[in-house]
Amino acid sequence: MMLPIISVKNFSKSFGNIKAVADLNLDVEKGELFGLIGPDGAGKTTTIRTLVTLIPPDSGQLFVNNLDVSKHLREIRSITGYMPQRFSLYPDLSVNQNLNFFANLFEVPKKEIPERKKRLFQFSNLEPFSKRLAGRLSGGMKQKLALSCTLIHNPLVLILDEPTTGVDPVSRNEFWIILKELKSEGVTILVSTPYMDEALKCDRIAIMHEGSILAQGKPDALTGRIENNIYKLTGIDLINHIDSIAKMPDIISVQSFGNSLHLTFPKNIPVEKIIEDIKQILKQNFILKQTEPSIEDLFIALVEGKNHNGK
Amino acid sequence: MENDIAVKVSKLSRHFGSFVAVDEISFEVKKGEIFGFLGANGAGKTTAIKMLCGLLKPTSGEAYVAGFNIKTESSNIKKHTGYMSQKFSLYEDLKVKENIEFYGGIYGLSRKEILNKTKLLLSELHLENMQNSLTKTLPMGWKQRLALSTALLHDPPVIFLDEPTGGVDPVSRRNFWRIIYKIANLGKTIFVTTHYMDEAEYCKRLSIMHKGKIIEIGTPADLKSKYNKSSIQDVFVELADRD
Repeated sequence: MMLPIISVKNFSKSFGNIKAVADLNLDVEKGELFGLIGPDGAGKTTTIRTLVTLIPPDSGQLFVNNLDVSKHLREIRSITGYMPQRFSLYPDLSVNQNLNFFANLFEVPKKEIPERKKRLFQFSNLEPFSKRLAGRLSGGMKQKLALSCTLIHNPLVLILDEPTTGVDPVSRNEFWIILKELKSEGVTILVSTPYMDEALKCDRIAIMHEGSILAQGKPDALTGRIENNIYKLTGIDLINHIDSIAKMPDIISVQSFGNSLHLTFPKNIPVEKIIEDIKQILKQNFILKQTEPSIEDLFIALVEGKNHNGK
Repeated sequence: MENDIAVKVSKLSRHFGSFVAVDEISFEVKKGEIFGFLGANGAGKTTAIKMLCGLLKPTSGEAYVAGFNIKTESSNIKKHTGYMSQKFSLYEDLKVKENIEFYGGIYGLSRKEILNKTKLLLSELHLENMQNSLTKTLPMGWKQRLALSTALLHDPPVIFLDEPTGGVDPVSRRNFWRIIYKIANLGKTIFVTTHYMDEAEYCKRLSIMHKGKIIEIGTPADLKSKYNKSSIQDVFVELADRD
């Protein structure tokens, strides 16, 4: 069996009284696009910062390309491309100067630099802006430049901490297209994101919440694990009826999704009964249809399940 | 200005040198409305919101917020608007209670009002047990509710929310929107930006900005039917991708 490129075993890390990550386990295979999905405070950044050797683990073992993060800091840094959450480029340098700076920092041989920049411009489309100061780029362009600087030394593993946070849906989409291209060239990518819908663009994901992994695997296999029926209710001003629908006898959970609601109820309850109950509450026409659960449905189900078990 | 209009903007522009960040935008927001202000990064949303909050002078055009002129009555605007952003602007090293008291002082509430409001908010947010904890130790969803509460301490009729739910987990995000609905039902006007397109669907009306102009405005249902799309996400991608 091939060794995973990233391997995390029983990793824990606390900051003072705050347990940031508790007993985390995950493997990322070579060539995989792996997503750490979760809200702020889930432990994504702590895991990533430990993997790129910026902070030491309290306990557990973390390996990148079979190198221990506690022992081989220098080697790991030379084979990983790490893009932190905050834009860390020099705003007063141009696009071109930033690329040169990072190339020198990572000791890319001088004569190879032009060829690498050319390749990076192919996917970033930043060539026309090569003389523009980095501080004057739009949000989406800054992200692409940061990614290019991260890639200048041809890293084996790309580790990206929330590259699409605060970025609009169009630029987010472009960024994911670039990640797919890199993946097709054989780069292993670990990426974190708070946007649940981006999970579907990954080969495998770990859903994180409050320092632990709630579920891990292929996105569609994970949503397939939801045991209850999820039906989509469409009508007018439904958000004002959430409380009364939540009180219906068979309903496990009601969540708003845009202008519709997702109703969760056990598989053994006939949908006709649910329809009858809704009719008592909504004095309007409505549509109730079975729906494919999304990663967000899964997250909510996992978090609410955890809270129930805790009570 | 008519009585049921909370925000009235006509031909508002802002230039930075030769760059036109906001280009003659005009729209109205009704009292009690939840108005979604969408646009790609760099479309001009933040510049427009800064002007509406009285923080930035327009190059040309007019705007009234809660009945006050943004150019000549900016101190009244600050008294009659609440503002909350993704950054939450809470002091992490202050206790929960101290953050509420601090903002009460900033908004010029009397000592007695501050005491009453603090007590009320702590109980409404179920934060009584946490009142002496440092704010940085609160979970995200709670911090977000605390930030919203401090923005509402002075009971403003118009509330600006600039990406209020960025990075917040799906459960807290939904709870937050239910609070927003409650506030709007009390007659408060909500002006909100978001990158979550499912949240855009919660708004009564939406505008979409592109390169400094408002290129579309309407109810989510109208916009979807006009562009024959099943979601606002798809409408947004089609419009924001235009050159």
